[in-house]
This record gives sequence, structure tokens and C-alpha cells, in this order.
Amino acid sequence: MVISTTSSRFAQMRELKLGTIASNLLRDLGLPLLGIAIFLLVWQGAASQVHTSLGQFPGPAQVLVQAKGLYAEYREDQEREAAFYVRQNKRNADRLAEDPKFVADAIRPYTGKPTFFKQIGTSLKTVFTGFLLASLIAIPVGIAIGLSGNLYSAINPLIQLFKPISPLAWLPLVTIVVSALYATEDGGVPKSYITSSITVMMCSLWPTLLNTAVGVTSVSSDLVNVSRVLRLNWLRHVRSIVLPASVPMIFTGLRLSLSTAWMVLIAAEMLAQNPGLGKFVWDEFQNGSSDSLGRIMVAVLTIGFIGYVLDRCMLQCQRWVSWDKQAVQR
Amino acid sequence: MATLLELTQVSIEFKTPKGTFKALDNVNLKIAEGEFVSLIGHSGCGKSTVLNIVAGLLHATTGGVVLDGREVNEPGPERAVVFQNHSLLPWLTAYQNVELAVKEVARGKKSRAEMKAWIEHNLELVHMSHAMHKRPSEISGGMKQRVGIARALAMEPKVLLMDEPFGALDALTRAHLQDSLMEIQRDLNNTVIMITHDVDEAVLLSDRIVMMTNGPSATVGEILDIDLPRPRNRLQLADDAHYNHLRHEVLRFLYEKQRKVDDFPAAGGGAKSATTVAEPVDAQPNVVDIKSHELKNREVA
Ligand SMILES: Nc1ncnc2c1ncn2[C@@H]1O[C@H](COP(=O)(O)OP(=O)(O)OP(=O)(O)O)[C@@H](O)[C@H]1O
Ligand SMILES: [Mg+2]
Repeated sequence: MVISTTSSRFAQMRELKLGTIASNLLRDLGLPLLGIAIFLLVWQGAASQVHTSLGQFPGPAQVLVQAKGLYAEYREDQEREAAFYVRQNKRNADRLAEDPKFVADAIRPYTGKPTFFKQIGTSLKTVFTGFLLASLIAIPVGIAIGLSGNLYSAINPLIQLFKPISPLAWLPLVTIVVSALYATEDGGVPKSYITSSITVMMCSLWPTLLNTAVGVTSVSSDLVNVSRVLRLNWLRHVRSIVLPASVPMIFTGLRLSLSTAWMVLIAAEMLAQNPGLGKFVWDEFQNGSSDSLGRIMVAVLTIGFIGYVLDRCMLQCQRWVSWDKQAVQR
Repeated sequence: MATLLELTQVSIEFKTPKGTFKALDNVNLKIAEGEFVSLIGHSGCGKSTVLNIVAGLLHATTGGVVLDGREVNEPGPERAVVFQNHSLLPWLTAYQNVELAVKEVARGKKSRAEMKAWIEHNLELVHMSHAMHKRPSEISGGMKQRVGIARALAMEPKVLLMDEPFGALDALTRAHLQDSLMEIQRDLNNTVIMITHDVDEAVLLSDRIVMMTNGPSATVGEILDIDLPRPRNRLQLADDAHYNHLRHEVLRFLYEKQRKVDDFPAAGGGAKSATTVAEPVDAQPNVVDIKSHELKNREVA
């Protein structure tokens, strides 16, 4: 009797366990896939209803075709680039064979029309520049206003005033100021890159600034007392107590800043004509060929995917550096 | 014995939204070198405030503190504090937590190797050598408190200040730590001020118990000399008549003279047992020894 009940209990438990594994699998894999499938169906259905001046709105299948097309263009361009250098090297070698005293010409760089993947590279470079500049300003200022209530009172109204400003408002000003201050010679950093980076910086500054300030003000008073008893000087107090204690909040801010930066970047690139994804979208829009809508959709999905990957990377960084594992949200 | 620490007419007022609040009024206390003094009193009477004034974390409104002939007006490592909730830096290991203090205090006085030996020695004192490379989140509450004590001892303070160091621990862990502390005290003979809520702890560890009156305007009510011989053993003391008498003195001060009226409302089921603690003592002072066991049980609960 006892044995039979226990064995049936085991059977029950096993069933339960299998049941939970199955339901977990369904939740972690099945449901997302289902969601994506439904989305694709709805997209296909809706796209077939939308007729534009450039033809029918592209469904998933057409977008896939365009993605393949962009990849093929990239491969073609790579081959052309390789061939270009091979040609130059060959020419130099031939001349050298004819005349041993010949000094080879410097290899000229390849200048093709930027491909989609090059544009992704440009966008990433621009966003990281802006984000880095923003962090270099936001973290020290955040620490300063977190430590000093007076400074906070002085700066807070400015923060509240500048925080809601859209990149579109900043860009014309930034463009003109950059043009005035920075005369670009050939080979220098392009103006559009500087303008876009600075606009990204101005818009992505705020989350890091505010989160750092909150992190610093909420350092536990016990830890501050420890520092006082040890008579840590200002620098050591900041370095060994304040900074590590607010690292979780700083990283929360950095993560928000990076996603803001990425969002702002596309708009900035469109206006500043920085040869990144934003310009790609803009050019296709101006282009208005029958492929344009599909190519823009590829860019839109790429923007989303890269944004997601950037966020995951930041989350991983946050996990590595945070001593407070609970502060790391999803 | 020479007086090491002296509090003279210390009063403190806090500014609150409802006006000033006088937490302490005219606190006078002299503590000799090597003495272990406990501060006991009801919650909120101002024990932490006294300790923080000695630590230099708070400033007395009037009166002052003199340590070793010098007035105290800012915090410093010669008055190391063991905080109630350990206050270890959560991102550092036990070793690094002690190291932070040692580096600061022994800067230019000890070589790198000497510092390392000194840190390890202090962790050894509190029996934490086995877990010294763990972070606070990876060790138990009792172990964290041990590290907190090691950190304070490593500063080689003139006075060691402890604010309910064992308050958040279970009874068994607390007993272990009390024994450790007595051991350390026997070897180092530090001057200690310790705040506690636990009457047994106060009697077991102290040379003197300072009993504080209820606030506002709290002050030193009575001071009880604990002349029990050392080393003290908690099991032997449990049946010691003098020990129980001293315990009872403290209890009488707390529950009779400084009874917190709002804690024991006159009517109500829960309050009844609390009032009976004090009443028999009041009526028949000579049944103390019998009742003390009962009192002890209540103390634990
Ligand atoms: N910064 C402050 N501002 C205003 N009032 C304060 C401040 N610090 C303490 N008090 C008041 O002073 C009184 C004494 O506080 P204190 O923390 O010293 O009590 P305590 O005896 O340590 O209590 P407990 O045993 O609960 O820790 C309390 O009534 C408290 O409300
Ligand atoms: Mg207290």
C-alpha cells in the first residue's frame, strides 16, 4: 500500500517534471516563434493591401529578395576592390621589372560607392563616438552633482530644459557651428561624421547623467560613515566608495543612453548626410525606384536588430561589472 | 586607572520640521583605559547618538568629548566604529575590506608585507581566515559582523565603538561572537563602548553598564559596576547568584524605573505578561533569584 502510493507519487512527480520542461520549452521557444510567424502573416496580408506610388508595399518575401540583393552588391564591391588593388600592384611590379630603379607609386585607395555593410560600419562608428563623448561628460558631471546638493540645484533646471530637445532641433545649429569652427581639408574627418556624433552626444547624455547622479546620492550613509571614520580624502572617497557603489546605476544609465544614441543617430544621419544607415534610408527614399521600399524595410529591420544587439551587449557589460546583481534588470 | 575618554555635559538638539528635538541632555561619562563599557536603554533613547558623538559623526550642541587629552571634533580611525549592519563594502572581499582600512591608517608606517600580515592577523583574530577572500554577499550575517570587527581592530583604535554589533544575529551566533569578543578583549585589552539591547550580553561582557533614561532629553540614569571575575563563562554564570543579581539590577532599571509607558498599555492580552515581569519584583524583592529564570526566558522571547 505504502509502496504503491510512493511509486505513484514518483510517477506523478516525473510527469510533473516532464510537464514543466515541456511548458518551459513552449514558453521560451514556441511562443516567440509563434509570435514571429503571426507577425509575418499579418505583414504579408497588410502589405498586399497597400498600393503606393512605388508599387505594392513589400511583404517579407520581397524584403528577403532585397536583402540578398544588398549582400550580392557587397560581395561584388569587395571583388572589385580586391581587383583594383591587384591591378595596381601588378602595374607597379611590371614597371619595376622593366626598370629596376623605378620607385613604386603609392597605392591609391579604393573609392567605390559605399555598400550597405559599409554604411552599417559608419553608423556604428558614429554612434560609438557620440556615446563615448556623452559618457565622458555625463559620468563626471553626474558624480559632481550627486556629491554636491548645491551644484545639483544649480544644474538641475538646465538638465530639465535640455533633456527633451529632439535631435532634429539640435542638428542645424550643430551643423553651422561645426562648419564655422572646423575647416575640413581633404583626408580629414568628414564634417557630417562630426555633426552626427555631436548631435548623438547631446541627446544621449541625459540618462547617464541623471542615473549617475541618483546612484551617487543614494550611496548608503553607512558606507559614507565608514569613509569618514577612515578619513578618506576626497579623491579616495570618490574612487573607493562613491564610484563602485554607483556602478550599477551608472550602467543602467549607460544602457539607456546607448539605446537613445542609436535611435537619435538615424535621424541625425539623414539630415547631416553622414554615410550611414540614416543616409541609406534617405537616399532610397529620394531614389524612388521599385526596389526602394524593400530596401528601406531591410534597413529598418537591420536598425532594430543592431539596436537589440547593442542593448544585449550593454546588459552583459553591466552583469560583468556590477557587484549588485539585483540592480541588473532585463 | 587613568581616564582615557571623557564626555562632559553633552547635549544635542536635532532640527526637525516640528521644531528642535533635544535628544540628549547633560550626559557625563568617564571611561578608563582598557575598560569595556556597555550602553543600555530603551529603543530611541539616544544610545546611537551618544556613540556617534564620540565617533565624531555627530556634533554635540553643548558640551564635548575629550579623548586622551584632545577634544573630539571629527571622525577618525582612532575611534573605530563597528556598525550595526556591518557596513562592509559589498564589492570588496573580506580581506579587501580590512585592507582599505589598514592602507589608510598604516600609510607610510608599514611595508606592504607588514600590512598583509597585519590584515591576515586581524582576520585570524575573528576566526575569518578561511573565508577572507569571499565577498559580503557570500558569507553569513555573523561572519560579516566578524569582518566588521576585524576591520575596526585593524585600525588599532584608542577606543572601539560598537553600535549593537550583534543585534541582527540569532542567539547562537551571537553567543559565539560574544565569546570571540571576550577572547580578543582578554588578549588586546581594548577600551570599548558597546551599545546593546541584550541584558545578558551587557552583563557578560562589560566592566560597567551605563543605563540611559528614556528620551527626549535622555541622560545617564545609573551606572552599574560588573565586578564578576574574568575569564567569564556563560554556563557557569547562569547559576551564579551575583551574576543574576546584576542582571536583575539592569532589568529593574529598564522595566521598572524606565518603563516605557507606551510599550505596555494598561489593558490588553499581550501587555499583561509584560507588566507581570516587573510586578513581583516590586512586591517581594527577595524572590529575585527564583524569578530571574522567568525573566531570562522572557528576555529571550
Ligand atoms: N538626525 C536626526 N534628526 C532628528 N532626530 C534624530 C536624529 N537622529 C536621532 N534622532 C532622534 O534622537 C533619538 C535618539 O535616537 P538614537 O538613534 O540615538 O536612539 P537609539 O537609542 O540608538 O535607538 P535604537 O536602540 O532603536 O537604535 C530618537 O528619538 C531619534 O528619533
Ligand atoms: Mg541605535
